[in-house]
Amino acid sequence: MATSSVSKGCFVFKPNFKKRKISVPVEDYFNKGKNESEDSKLRFETYQLIWQQMKSETEQLQEELNKNLFNSLIEFLQQSYSGFHKNSRDWGCQIKLREIPTAALILDMKHFLQKLVSKLMNCCVDEESKEESIQVTQKKTFCSMDSLSSWYMSVTQKTDPKLPRKKRTSSSQWQSPPVVLILKDLESFTTKVLQDFIIISSQHLHEFPLILIFGIATSPIIIHRLLPHAVSSLLCIELFQSLSCKEHLTTVLDKLLLTTQFPFKLSEKVLQILTNIFLYHDFSIQNFIKGLQLSLLEHFYSQPLSVLCCNLSEAKRRINFLSENQCENIRRLPSFRRHVEKQASEKQVALLTNERFLKEEIQSLLENLHVYHTNYFLVLRCLHQFTSSLPKYPLGRQIRELYCTCLEKNIWDSEEYASALQLLRMLAKDELMTILQKCFKVFKSSSEKQLGSTAKRIEEFLAQFQSLDEAKEEEDTSGLQSKGLQKTDLYHLQKSLLEMKELRRTSKKQTRFEALREKVVNFIDSLVREYLLPPETQPLHEVMYFSAAHTLRAHLNAAPRIALHTALNNPYYYLKNEALKSEEGCIPNVAPDICIAYKLHLECSRLINLVDWSEAFATVVTAAEKMDANSITSEERNEIIHARFIRAVSELELLGFIKPTKQKTDHVARLTWGGC
Amino acid sequence: MFIWLLIMNFSSLCSALLLLFRLAMMSKLELKEDKMLEVQFVGDDDVLNHILDREGGAKLKKERAQLLVNTKKIIKKPEYDLEEDDQEVLKDQNYVEVLGQDIQESLKNGSAADGGNKVYSFQNRKHSEKMAKLASELAKTPRKNVSVNLKNDPEIMINIPQCSKGHSASDKVQVKNNDKSEFLSTAPSGIRKRLIVPRSHSDSESEYSASNSEDDEGVAQEYEEDTNEVILSQKIPSQNRVVSAPVCKGTPSKKMKRDKTSDLVEEYFEAHSSSKVLTSDRTLQKLKRAKLDQQTLRNLLSKVSPSFSAELKQLNQQYEQLFHKWMLQLRLGFNIVLFGLGSKRDLLERFRTTVLQDSIHVVINGFFPGISVKSILNSITEEVLDHMGTFRSVLDQLDWIVNKFKEDSSLELFLLIHNLDSQMLRGDKSQQIIGQLSSLRNIYLIASIDHLNAPLMWDHAKQSLYNWLWYETTTYSPYTEETSYENSLLVKQSGSLPLSSLTHVLRSLTPNARGIFRLLIKYQLDNQDNPSYIGLSFQDFYQQCREAFLVNSDLTLRAQLTEFRDHKLIRTKKGTDGVEYLLIPVDNGTLTDFLEKEEEES
Repeated sequence: MATSSVSKGCFVFKPNFKKRKISVPVEDYFNKGKNESEDSKLRFETYQLIWQQMKSETEQLQEELNKNLFNSLIEFLQQSYSGFHKNSRDWGCQIKLREIPTAALILDMKHFLQKLVSKLMNCCVDEESKEESIQVTQKKTFCSMDSLSSWYMSVTQKTDPKLPRKKRTSSSQWQSPPVVLILKDLESFTTKVLQDFIIISSQHLHEFPLILIFGIATSPIIIHRLLPHAVSSLLCIELFQSLSCKEHLTTVLDKLLLTTQFPFKLSEKVLQILTNIFLYHDFSIQNFIKGLQLSLLEHFYSQPLSVLCCNLSEAKRRINFLSENQCENIRRLPSFRRHVEKQASEKQVALLTNERFLKEEIQSLLENLHVYHTNYFLVLRCLHQFTSSLPKYPLGRQIRELYCTCLEKNIWDSEEYASALQLLRMLAKDELMTILQKCFKVFKSSSEKQLGSTAKRIEEFLAQFQSLDEAKEEEDTSGLQSKGLQKTDLYHLQKSLLEMKELRRTSKKQTRFEALREKVVNFIDSLVREYLLPPETQPLHEVMYFSAAHTLRAHLNAAPRIALHTALNNPYYYLKNEALKSEEGCIPNVAPDICIAYKLHLECSRLINLVDWSEAFATVVTAAEKMDANSITSEERNEIIHARFIRAVSELELLGFIKPTKQKTDHVARLTWGGC
Repeated sequence: MFIWLLIMNFSSLCSALLLLFRLAMMSKLELKEDKMLEVQFVGDDDVLNHILDREGGAKLKKERAQLLVNTKKIIKKPEYDLEEDDQEVLKDQNYVEVLGQDIQESLKNGSAADGGNKVYSFQNRKHSEKMAKLASELAKTPRKNVSVNLKNDPEIMINIPQCSKGHSASDKVQVKNNDKSEFLSTAPSGIRKRLIVPRSHSDSESEYSASNSEDDEGVAQEYEEDTNEVILSQKIPSQNRVVSAPVCKGTPSKKMKRDKTSDLVEEYFEAHSSSKVLTSDRTLQKLKRAKLDQQTLRNLLSKVSPSFSAELKQLNQQYEQLFHKWMLQLRLGFNIVLFGLGSKRDLLERFRTTVLQDSIHVVINGFFPGISVKSILNSITEEVLDHMGTFRSVLDQLDWIVNKFKEDSSLELFLLIHNLDSQMLRGDKSQQIIGQLSSLRNIYLIASIDHLNAPLMWDHAKQSLYNWLWYETTTYSPYTEETSYENSLLVKQSGSLPLSSLTHVLRSLTPNARGIFRLLIKYQLDNQDNPSYIGLSFQDFYQQCREAFLVNSDLTLRAQLTEFRDHKLIRTKKGTDGVEYLLIPVDNGTLTDFLEKEEEES
C-alpha cells in the first residue's frame, strides 16, 4: 500500500491479527543492528534494573519533597470547607463568605499538580465526574451560574447519602462538599474571563461553595498583575510554595549520582551538559532525569563492558562468565592498558595472555573502584562542607560544581582550590568547629574501614579545639584578630593576609590555635589529594562512567538550524566528495541545486526577483554542466534547468527561507536575516 | 555629554539610539579613570554583549576569549566589593564550551572563521546586481572555488578616488559588507555609515527601482556619492578625535568587538530602513518558459541524473543502521524527531517497511494540504480501534483514545508523521493534541521536521509531552512528494490550472456568454499597464455588451454575471464611488494565453 495520495493524508496499516500477537520484545532491538552483541541480554536487563531503581528513587524523592506541601494544602482545603458550614450569624463570617478561599501554589515542578489532581480525585471523584458530564450537556443549552448552583444543590442532595467518606475522617459530616476548581496554569488564562468568573462566583458563593487553587509557575506577583484589586479582594489567598527547582536538582543528584548505590556514573562532560541544559534552558527536573535515562541507555547500549556495571557482588559473579571477546575488550580499554604498563613485565604477560589471571585482576580492580567511590563521595562531601561557606565560593556553592571540577582534573592543581585553602586558613574557630562537626557526621554515617580513622582524627581535632577553649591562654589577641577577619570582604582579607604574612615574618611565633588550624587544613588537603583523584586515573573506569557527551548533546540539545546551515553552506560536510571540497564561505558550482539557489538568495535583500534568480541559477548550473559532455539540445537543457530551479525554490519555501509575496510581481520575500 | 545630545538632534530616532550605544561605549573607555561613571556604563556594555552573545549563539572561541578577558578586566576592579551574587550566575563561557561545542565543530570545516556570526548575524544590504555577479563568478571558474565575498584589500576603500569608475563602487560595497570594516579607518564606522544610509536610500530609489540599469551614469553618480562619503567620514573623525583616539589606543581588540556589535545593529536598521526594495522589474511572463505544470515538471526532473549518488547512499546507509536503535528508544518511552536538510520521507518509509511490518502503524503525511488533527484522530478511532461512533469534539475523541490505550496495555501503535511542522499541523492546538497522544506509553511517535523554525512550535510543556530525542538525518534528497501539492509551489504552476479550468467552464457556456467574458478579458488586458485599474464598472460593461449585440437587457447580463461568479470566473468589488467593478482574478499572462487558444480554435 502506498503512502501517498491526493485524497488523504493518513494511512493505517494493520497487520493480520495472528502476526501482530508476536510482537518483538524490546530487548531484541537492543542487540539487533549492533555487531558486538556481547552479553546484550544481560546488559539490557541491568539497564532495566538500574533504571527502575533510579526511577523509583526519584519518584520517592518527589513524593517526599511534595509531602509537606500537599499536607498543608489538604489542611487548607478542609479548613476552608468547614468555613462554609459555620452557620453563625456574626458579621465577620458573612464577610468572609464573600471571599473565595484560594490557594496559590508556586510550583517549579509541573507534574506536581498532576499528582495533586489525581489525589484530589480520589477524595471526590464522584462529584467531579458528575459535574463534568452534566456541564457538558448544559453547554449546549444555557449556562449560567444559577443553573450551576441549582445543579449543585440537586447533586449534593442526591448523592448525599452515598458520598465517599474514606479519606476525610476528621470532618465526618460532609454535607455539601465544596467544589474545588484547579486552574493549572494561571499565567495562561485570559484575565477578563478569570476576573468575570471570580466576580460572578463570589456572588453565588453561599449556594455554590467554591475553592480555587491556582497553579503559578512564576511568582505570586502575577496574581496581582492578572487581577485588579477589586477582584483580588474577593479572594482569600493563602500561599504555598514548593521547593525551588535548584534545590530539587541538588537532592536528585545527591540521591542518584553522589552515591555508591548506583554503579552508573556520569563523566564530567556529560554532567556539565545535563546541568547546563537544566540551568540555561528549562529548569526541568523531568528533562534532567530524561537525560540521565538516555545516558544510561547509551552506556549500556554502546559499551559492551557495561555488563559489569552493577553492584559489586553481582559483578564479581559475572566476571567469571566473561567471554573471550569481552576479555579482549577489557584488554583494549585505555585505562586498563595504562594499568598493565605499570606492572612488572611477567605480570604484564600474564595479564595479556592468561584469562584466569586477568579475571582475578579485574575482580580486584573492580573492588578497588568500588572502594574508590565510597571514599570519593565521603571526602567530596567533607570538602564541600569546608568550601561551601567560604566567601565568594571559589569552589562553587553547590556540591555539583565541586563534583564537576573534581571529575575534570586534579582539583588541587586548580587556582580556585589554592585560594580556597588560603581562605580556610583564616577561618575562625567556631566556624571551623561547626564544619568539623558536620564532617564528623559525614564520616560517621559510613561504616568504611579505610576512612574510619579519619573520623577519629576529626574527633581528635574537635577535642583539641575544645581544650583550647578551656585552657585560655595568651593567644586571645590573635584569636580575636582572626575572628575579626572572616566577616570582611575579599579585599580586606587579602590585605590582612599580607599583613599576617608580614607579622609572621617578623615574629615567627604561631599561636596554638593557628597551629591547630594549619593542621586541620593540611589534613583536609591530604585527604583531597589522596581520595579525590579524577576517575580517569582509575583502571576500568570506562565500565562505570558514561562519557559520550556528544551523542547526548546531539539528541537532547540538537541544533536543527545549524544542521540546515551546514548542509546548505558546506555540502562537503555530509557528502564526502572531493568535488565539493571548498574554502570557507564559498561553494563549488557542482553542489546540489538547493545549495546553489540558497547561496544565490543570500545575496539579495528582502525581496528576490525570480527572473534574476533563475537566470543566475542557470548561469551557475550551465557552467557546471558543460563539464559533462551532454547531447541534449540546448532548449531542452534550459527547460530542465528551469525545472531544477523551480524545485530548489519550492524546497527553500518548504524550509522557510522564502515565501511568496504580492508586493511585486514575480518576487519572493526572504524570511531570514544573515546566513541562515 | 552635551555635545552628544546635539548630535542626536539631527539624526533619526533609531540611529540616535545606536549612537547612544556607541557613545556609551566610547565614553566608558574615555572615562576609564572615573570609576563612578565606569560602573554605570559597564551595565549597558554588558547588556549589549549579552544580547550579542545570545544571538551569536556560538561565536568563535577566540573572540569569546577576548571578550571574556575584557569583561574580566572591568570587573576585576570592583571585585573586592564582595557582592552577594553567587557564581550560580551563569557563566557564558562555560555554557558555550559545554553546549556549543557541537556547533563549532560542525562549522569548523567550511565556514570556520566566524561560524556563529554567519548563521545568526544580520544581513548586509546587498547590491542589487550581486546575485548575477556571484553567479557569473561561480560560472566562470568551474570546478575551482570562488570566494563569495571577494576579499578585496581594504586599501581599495581608501583608494577610491584613484580607482576606475564602475568597479570601485561595487568593490566598496563589498568591502563594507565584508564585516571587515573595522580595519578600515579609525573613524567610528557607525557614524560614517549612518550618514550613508539616508543618502544612498534616497538616491537608490531613483536609480535602482528599474534596476538592471547598466548605464554608466548611475554608477558614476554612485561613485561621486562614495567619494563624498569618504570625505565626510574623514571629517567626522577629526571632529571626534578626542574620543576616538583613546579608543584605538586603549583596547584595540575591544574596539573591534564594539564595532562588530554596532555594525550588526546598524546593518539591520539599514536593511530595514528603506521601504522600497531594489530589485529589477523583470517578470516571468516575459520569459517564455515560465509555465510548467506538475506533470511536465516531474518529467523534466526525471531526466536529471542525481549527482553524488554514492555519497547519498552512504549517508542513507548510515541512518538505516540506526533503525533498531530507534525502535529500542521508541519502546523505552522516547519519541524520535528527525531533522536536517533533505526529504526524510524515503528514510521513514524504509524504516516502516523494515521494522514496522508486524505492528499497527499509521503513516501521516503532514504535507498533505487537507490533513488535520481530526483526520488523524479519526483514522485512529475508526481504523485502528474499530470504533464507529462519533464524537462531540476533538478533545472528546482524544480522551476516548487516551482511555482506550490506558485500559489496554497490549495495544501498541506507531505513528509516523512526515512533516510534523507542516502548515496544517503546526498550530498550537494540533501540536498539543499530537503531543498528548505521543505521551501515552503505548503510542510511539517518530516524526520529521523541515522548517527552519520548526522547534518554535513547542514550548516546554509540549516538549515534555513529546519527550523528543533528536536525530540529525541530512539526506539531500529532493522534497518531491512534499512540494508536489499545488499550494506549495510558486506562481509558475498555478498558471496552468486556471487556464484549463477556464477553457472547461467556458466550453459549457453559450456563445453569447463566451462573448461577454471575452469582452471583459480584452478590457482587462487593455488596461493591464494601468496601475490604478480596479475593474470594469457594470454600467460600462453593459454598454459594451449592448453594442456588441450580446445582451438585450441589463437583467440578462446580471444573470450571466451571476453564473460567472458562481464559477469564480469573476470577482466584483465596490469602488470608492459605490459602483460595482468587475474583475477576472486570473493573471494577465494566463488570460493572454486563453485568448490565443480561443482564436486558434475558432
